[in-house]
Amino acid sequence: MPEVWIPPLMQRLTGGQKQVHVAGQTIRQVIDNLDQVFPGLKLELYDEEEDLVMPGIAVVVDGETSQLGLLEHVREDSEIHFLPALGGGAF
Amino acid sequence: MLEYKPNIVLSEKEYNIVGKRPIRPDGAEKVTGYATYGADIRLPGMLYGKILRSPYAHARIKSIDTRHAMELPGVHAVMTSEDLAQPSGRIVDLAEGVMHNMRFLSNNIMAADKVLYKGHAIAAVAATSPHIAEEALALIQVEYEELPPVLSAEEAMKPGAPLLHERLASLSNVNMRPGGTLSDDDPTPGSNLANRFEFRLGDLDKGFQEADIIVEHETFTSPIHQGYIEPHTATAMWHNDGTLTIWSSSQGHFNVRDQTARLINMPVSKVRAIPMEIGGGFGGKTLVYVEPIAATLARKAGHPVKVTMTRTEVFEASGPTSGTHVRVKLGATKDGRLVAGEAHLIYEAGAFPGSPVAPACHGIMGPYEVPNAWIEGFDVVVNKPKSAAYRAPGVPAGAFAMETAIDILCEKLGMDPLEFRLRNSAKEGTRGPTGPVWPRIGFVEVLQAAKDHPHYATPLTGPYRGRGVASGLWRNNTGPSSAVAVVHNDGTVHLTEGSPDIGGTRASISQQFAETLGIPFEDVHPEVGHTDAVGFTSVTGGSGVTFKTGWAAYHAAQDIKRQMCERAAKTWDVPVEKVTYEDGVLLDGTNPERRLTFKQIAARQVATGGPIVGRSGVNPSGAGASMGTHIVDVEVDPETGKVTILRYTAVQDAGKAIHPSYVEGQIQGGAAQGIGWALNEEYFFNEKGHMVNSSFLDYRMPTCLDLPMIDTVIVEVANPNHPFGVRGVGETSVIPPLAAVTNAVSRAIGVRMNRLPLSPGRILEALWQKNGTNGTNGR
Repeated sequence: MPEVWIPPLMQRLTGGQKQVHVAGQTIRQVIDNLDQVFPGLKLELYDEEEDLVMPGIAVVVDGETSQLGLLEHVREDSEIHFLPALGGGAF
Repeated sequence: MLEYKPNIVLSEKEYNIVGKRPIRPDGAEKVTGYATYGADIRLPGMLYGKILRSPYAHARIKSIDTRHAMELPGVHAVMTSEDLAQPSGRIVDLAEGVMHNMRFLSNNIMAADKVLYKGHAIAAVAATSPHIAEEALALIQVEYEELPPVLSAEEAMKPGAPLLHERLASLSNVNMRPGGTLSDDDPTPGSNLANRFEFRLGDLDKGFQEADIIVEHETFTSPIHQGYIEPHTATAMWHNDGTLTIWSSSQGHFNVRDQTARLINMPVSKVRAIPMEIGGGFGGKTLVYVEPIAATLARKAGHPVKVTMTRTEVFEASGPTSGTHVRVKLGATKDGRLVAGEAHLIYEAGAFPGSPVAPACHGIMGPYEVPNAWIEGFDVVVNKPKSAAYRAPGVPAGAFAMETAIDILCEKLGMDPLEFRLRNSAKEGTRGPTGPVWPRIGFVEVLQAAKDHPHYATPLTGPYRGRGVASGLWRNNTGPSSAVAVVHNDGTVHLTEGSPDIGGTRASISQQFAETLGIPFEDVHPEVGHTDAVGFTSVTGGSGVTFKTGWAAYHAAQDIKRQMCERAAKTWDVPVEKVTYEDGVLLDGTNPERRLTFKQIAARQVATGGPIVGRSGVNPSGAGASMGTHIVDVEVDPETGKVTILRYTAVQDAGKAIHPSYVEGQIQGGAAQGIGWALNEEYFFNEKGHMVNSSFLDYRMPTCLDLPMIDTVIVEVANPNHPFGVRGVGETSVIPPLAAVTNAVSRAIGVRMNRLPLSPGRILEALWQKNGTNGTNGR
């Protein structure tokens, strides 16, 4: 199963776990499955109104920032990070 | 050791057109003055807009009376924030991945209930001449309740500090949120701390326990401006069908369209943004300031309206980069291995949330393998102009702290600073301190090229002279991009691309297009298309254009290749699978004698099926990071405190330098800006929060007289995620100079400096303190 690195500021929702393994072939599935195990994570990672990864978050899969967000495919051995998006001086 | 030449390209792969130095397509118009910039627009019946700005850094607006201004002959329209949309404070995605808090953006363009910095716009007038408009501004009566300004992040974070936004939520989560507001029923008090970010890796305590040497260091920088020559300018014209055209100077006309449309309550399909030539941006022209004002005034006046900022307005009311305070703690073993790193970055956002502290957190330890790390960033609002992006947003100030701390560490270890960096450099497979594992990067190659450079081996002798080195990393960005290519029947191609050309990208994109098709560079005629002429393209920023729009051009060329093959197959009456395309020539696999050139097919395109048009829309991932290392020699005059740059060498990984001259130009330009940041530039605010050096006479940027030739070494470690191996190059080069120059000056005067700029006065004070004099004794 893909390994998700939980951002430090979200580890309160995982009982302090820094990395977790959840099933999923896309980022959408990974987020849904994360929320099953650790309720509340989806609220932080997913913008329901826009049906997008939460604005301002970059999804990094295997070292590369995804441009597809929820639609990005992940492998069984993928490593997934949710990081503040690059950008500066934005509103 | 490298054979010394002023500029060196360490190429790994050669192409026919990529990697060469053709003359830029827009060069002649620019050097002869024929290129048209935003302020060159003149339309029949056009009016001139001027903006009334706040004399206070912090005040409540009690009332605005515009009646007398409207009565002045020649005045056609007056506007205030009531004429702009006041969207919710929720973050919105402007449909193509661009996030904004539109309420804050609206209130920055024109203050609603409070002014939050000196120069904050309050009202605007459109009149038949700029002078009448200025006269009218003087007739607008504004009643203020002056409030105490908050002028530093530390002050702003203190309990009881005056609040800029009474309902600003203090966010602490993973998002790079541009800030949010509390709901009315939320009892949480407001705050000036808009965002807090945090990254952790490994076990920090254990890491420091393993360290033989620990260094703690803190640095300070002031807000500085991008210093683009051309001020912000926009001209707006409404048409009879209710649509709007905007001509402006920006790094992204799609951003101009989308942001303006939101702020004037128009669908994007009714707003057309036309990109003009741009006289510099460096990140500062990714937001709108005057476009919604010009559009609103034009709508009210029923005439086209042009609004152009003065230089003082640019300084006071556009977006400089943040003032910063950074604390770094590093632990290393005796043999020079970093085992722990801690950094706390406090960035002034200006009047609204959204400083570049998040990318600074990404970049501060990014070049290195730091197995145990804690990085914390604070985004704090203060009564200064809202910060905007400035070349490698946020990272130079972070790297200033990190790279000067490394210099101190190397002194304590007695280790060569480049050797130390080589021992600790990130490479493919290294886990970065913010989490992800690095793909292929070229930091080791850059460091080795710097170490091998004759500059580094040349002895530097004499009093008050010092050499400094520093490195920097910019991750580079990407985004959606589009291109449309029309084949003419003479065999040339008109290439319309969506990226405004700031650094010579018409050339670099055309080179990739021509290389892909195997046609001469001179046969490609590039143009930057307006928002209705080409698909959405994200801003020229993040050093992303040569990567993303290069991809777009590559795919548009592949589209043309495919169509050319179909036309050849039709001509020869053979299956298309039998046709191959090689270097601009089509070959028939069933008959080696048959061939057609690109020009021959182009001449017969109508007869073979109609016009050939290549197109593409892409959103590529994998913009490879770029690393740089700079070496600088300085001499300090102990009598005046003036620093002279004696020699400067910049080494950087470009992946593949599509047009080496423009890569060198980017490296030199970034280094020059970084040197200005290190030595001269800063916003001076008085105790009232007024910028007191808001002109180029008083805001001292380096000129060619201040700098030697900046030598460059382009290292090419191909990015595997691009057809030609491109990595963005525009921003990395502004990162190392702050620390490189500071390390050199510190060595030259024997005092460790930690506050920029290293102005003559600051250096003299350091020398006096070192010598136990007050500036007059012993002289």
